[in-house]
Amino acid sequence: MEIASRQLDKATIFDITGDIDLANSPAVRKALLREVREKRTPKVVMNLSKVRYIDSSGVASLVEGLKASRDAGTRFILIGLSTSAREVLQLSRLLKIFEVYDNEEQALASA
Amino acid sequence: MKTTPPGQKKDAGAGEGSPAGDPLLKLELRSDPGLLCAVRGAVERLTEALGFSAADGRAVTRAVDEALTNIIRHAYAGAPDQLIEVVFRATRRPGAEGAAVGLEIVMSDQGQAVDPEKLCGRALHDVKPGGLGLHFIRESMDVVEFKRANEANYLRLVKYVRAPKETANLVKR
Repeated sequence: MEIASRQLDKATIFDITGDIDLANSPAVRKALLREVREKRTPKVVMNLSKVRYIDSSGVASLVEGLKASRDAGTRFILIGLSTSAREVLQLSRLLKIFEVYDNEEQALASA
Repeated sequence: MKTTPPGQKKDAGAGEGSPAGDPLLKLELRSDPGLLCAVRGAVERLTEALGFSAADGRAVTRAVDEALTNIIRHAYAGAPDQLIEVVFRATRRPGAEGAAVGLEIVMSDQGQAVDPEKLCGRALHDVKPGGLGLHFIRESMDVVEFKRANEANYLRLVKYVRAPKETANLVKR
């Protein structure tokens, strides 16, 4: 799995490539929490369009990111959910708690 | 990770009276999270070969991955060098005859005994990290059974191949 990040205006976009599982979800969690808690970036966007598989530990990392952003008064957005990623979030009944857009343009344009 | 060709031995963890036959595939792997991707790849190919739909193949893959994750995290407390065995067999629905129409998976480890009270998963209305793995396993499989025997943990999972008509009905719901 690879994590790349880009800054666009007041947003940071994380482009994740590969599977998120027990082997690498701690790295996702660390990157996310650093961005939200330490940098207090107003809008953090997780681009999951190249994530083929995400497990429960990956979902837990996303929930932690969301909770941290709520505590910080910032936004945490998911884009490009694959069928598998969407299934897992629906299975955990957590899809509705996330702000989700189809693509980066929509996420950046959102108020 | 080691793969073993089909043998004659029946595992202690296989369900009593299980209609499952000789193993289709047997994996012996270390409790290293870095190997989970290799197991997922093998399960994806196996479910395709057995005729599972893409969605059911993903469900089986997810259940196996989450079960291995639980073994690594809880039974072996994160130690990456312990042994896990996973045996896959074709199986049939109870009472059904003819060709195999499902997959039985028995996973075993020699780790700490699992507390049955912790096998219930967490309430989904709690929005918090963690505790989702067991929920994913139960939602993904038709049969989930756990037992402790001979100082080992055995988890038996079964998923039946749904007929196209059955799948179509599910989509309509």
